[in-house]
Amino acid sequence: MSMHKPFATTLDVGSSLANHTGSWRTERPVYVDRLPPCNHACPAGEDIQGWLFHAESGNYEKAWRALTENNPLPAIMGRVCYHPCESACNRGQLDAAVGINSVERFLGDEAIKRGWAFAKPTMNSGKRVLVVGAGPSGLSAAYHLARLGHTVEIQEAGPFAGGMMRFGIPKYRLPRDVLDAEVQRILDLGVTLKLNTKVANIEDSLKAGSFDAAFLAVGAHIGKRAFIPAADATKIVDAISVLRSMEGEEKPMLGRRVVVYGGGNTAIDVARTVKRLGGEPLIVYRRTRDKAPAHDFEIEEALQEGVMIKWLSTIKQAGEGNITVEKMALDEKGFPQPTGEFETLEADSVVLALGQDVDLSLLDGVPGLEIKDGTVQVGPNMMTGRAGIFAGGDMVPSERTVTVGVGHGKKAARHIDAWLRSETYAPEPKHEIAGFERLNTWYYHDAPKTVRPMLDIIRRQSSFDEVQGGLDETNALFEARRCLSCGNCFECDNCYGVCPDNAVIKLGPGKRFQFNYDYCKGCGLCVAECPCGAIRMEAEEI
Amino acid sequence: MSHQPVKFYQTGTFTVGNRLLGEEDRSVQARGDRSNALNSGHRACQGCGEALGARYAIDAAMAATLGRMVAANATGCLEVFSTPYPETSWQIPWIHSLFGNTAAVATGIAAAMKVKGKSDVRVIAQGGDGGTTDIGFGCLSGMFERNDDVLYICYDNEGYMNTGVQRSSATPAAARTATTAAVGPEPGNVFGQGKFVPAIAMAHEIPYVATATVADLHDLEAKVTKAMSIHGARYIHILVPCPLGWGSASHDTIRLARLAKETGLFPVFEAEYGEQKSALAIRRQVPVEEFLRPQKRFAHLFGAKPNVQSLARIQAQANRNIRKYGLLQEEGIHA
Repeated sequence: MSMHKPFATTLDVGSSLANHTGSWRTERPVYVDRLPPCNHACPAGEDIQGWLFHAESGNYEKAWRALTENNPLPAIMGRVCYHPCESACNRGQLDAAVGINSVERFLGDEAIKRGWAFAKPTMNSGKRVLVVGAGPSGLSAAYHLARLGHTVEIQEAGPFAGGMMRFGIPKYRLPRDVLDAEVQRILDLGVTLKLNTKVANIEDSLKAGSFDAAFLAVGAHIGKRAFIPAADATKIVDAISVLRSMEGEEKPMLGRRVVVYGGGNTAIDVARTVKRLGGEPLIVYRRTRDKAPAHDFEIEEALQEGVMIKWLSTIKQAGEGNITVEKMALDEKGFPQPTGEFETLEADSVVLALGQDVDLSLLDGVPGLEIKDGTVQVGPNMMTGRAGIFAGGDMVPSERTVTVGVGHGKKAARHIDAWLRSETYAPEPKHEIAGFERLNTWYYHDAPKTVRPMLDIIRRQSSFDEVQGGLDETNALFEARRCLSCGNCFECDNCYGVCPDNAVIKLGPGKRFQFNYDYCKGCGLCVAECPCGAIRMEAEEI
Repeated sequence: MSHQPVKFYQTGTFTVGNRLLGEEDRSVQARGDRSNALNSGHRACQGCGEALGARYAIDAAMAATLGRMVAANATGCLEVFSTPYPETSWQIPWIHSLFGNTAAVATGIAAAMKVKGKSDVRVIAQGGDGGTTDIGFGCLSGMFERNDDVLYICYDNEGYMNTGVQRSSATPAAARTATTAAVGPEPGNVFGQGKFVPAIAMAHEIPYVATATVADLHDLEAKVTKAMSIHGARYIHILVPCPLGWGSASHDTIRLARLAKETGLFPVFEAEYGEQKSALAIRRQVPVEEFLRPQKRFAHLFGAKPNVQSLARIQAQANRNIRKYGLLQEEGIHA
């Protein structure tokens, strides 16, 4: 009877796979990598989200290696960086920013503990580069240049490497064994360091060493002076000299009551140092706390330690054992104006912390240079007006922080490398920023920030022990896992799961996903439900 | 709660999977080898919640039964979009019943399996809210009261969507449909009508009743898995937003399901033998407007002169659900 069956029932069951619903689509989802705000904010150009990704899985060495692709000083960064990354962190709008700085320190300390070394350069370019100054910028440039295969020699005027990291930042913020370990690791790449070698004239030094290019990063070490009528016996010194002498055998003699004049981080550092030496520091600053250039947390820590601060005051004159200050008032524009009200305060010495100037004497007679406001002008490629001489760090116009210096060193190294090959270094175009509005924060678990331990107050007032402690492995992992992975797929499987058309192909661990445009109808659910904003809808070409 | 959330600080258990989670803590949908019971190429609209819900539920049931199962499917969207002749999207033995008798057909399949000695083969009946709460209600109630060994899954998109968005007894108050126009003093679907079938299923005192949404995959999978571990009549009611019938953007399907739960309008809970055993607590409570506003079927409540009275009545419904099902308790109700 089978021949009399209706035709339809004789057909095999077909699969809907024959029906390519992708033809319905007017928009298509595309996987993208967006620029996380932390990376965007990092002056050293770190791929923060990238190294946190490895730290999240507990692979700390891989995380450290990813981190040091851009910045060779993580243990230092984890202590002295003012972490603009954390200010930019999207998680800050959710509960609290990821403790990037504390994880960075953990990785840096872990590397020192475990003796991780940088991979040696695999080739030699035959080119010689002179780096002047062994501060953060010079060390960073030396590191990157060495890894690019160039022969690098650092000439440093001082008796130790580190620059402002040693002579400007007190031990209680940056222990010297940490600094030494990270410097040594760079030298182990084959970088030559010549200490006590002041470059008097850069052209002579270039010639003498047959260098093909130079990177100048001499920093800003000359304390700015202010004219204060003073009695002969009054001791007036500058802040940098005080901090520098802390590194020598003879500690500074400042007396008991020390007035520190200025409101920047250096003023705070000096005042806290004086406190630890047993003195009674008083900071005098002409404006208010919210207008002070010092970071607020540093002001807070100083106050906790017993540093006194006199806001809205200028020093008019210094007498024997005292100073006279004039009270100021802010005008409507926020500038301090004298009030004519005076006060006399006891003072054994006055430390001026009014900023620093650059010693530019090594550039005398170099043709084509432009000096403006006491700094060397450089182009977007960090090169000065003299071809082959590049400069960075505090001696060029910029925000003067260790991290900015490290960033300059990296940037300059890349341009020097290109310049040595008669090429131009063109950085890859930046991805669009993964702003908070790109995230679907429903998917993130509530998790408060891990706070680093602080040294007890008595020891902070009497010793140079490090104030801020570090994370241990368990809480470093917790902290790393608070990262939202903004703009970059972290393989949560959401797109794969929420597609009503099974049009997402899972490629396996580490390989992310791929769209099957044969079936994707372009509903956009994957985009809406991607926690981290790593998918974008694009119009189909018709 | 029907499952224990992992204390995992990046995304918890809210995401489908995660590279850092152990296999046992990832959803069935995260697996590279999931069965895709409802295959690609189906004709569901862009962003269809029902297609998603059906794959979530049946894949979980397939995983729980190692693929030894049969499904009966009522007429409705799910049947229409998955099996236009001569193709099928189903990768399981699947039978299309009439609109109103899928519970009875499933009962028959279960009886047949018993007779053939294939008691390991499990039976699922599935349909939309029309085929469940209206047309198939008699057969469904019979299946419940006889305690037949069938899991009935209702994919509730709150109306007859593939026939042109007509009202069902699951359509919410004030919603505009083709048969409840947004005109008159009380525009949209009438307040005080309709029924909540999960509560009726509980009244039958069957072994297991649960509700779920497509917005919480782990919860949904846990409930299907649990249902498959039980014999006798079981009922799972899954809220599946419908971009076409609700007048919402196709990319908002999961968000709307989430908001239905977070407002309290759709209570997500479990019951055994007629008693509520747990509720999925609201995580970030929001007013009902958040759920209603993105949907064109409620557009007449907003605009220049919002219908404050209707909004207040809908909010009151949500508040009553929150109170009745204990939706604000930290961990819901425990067994």
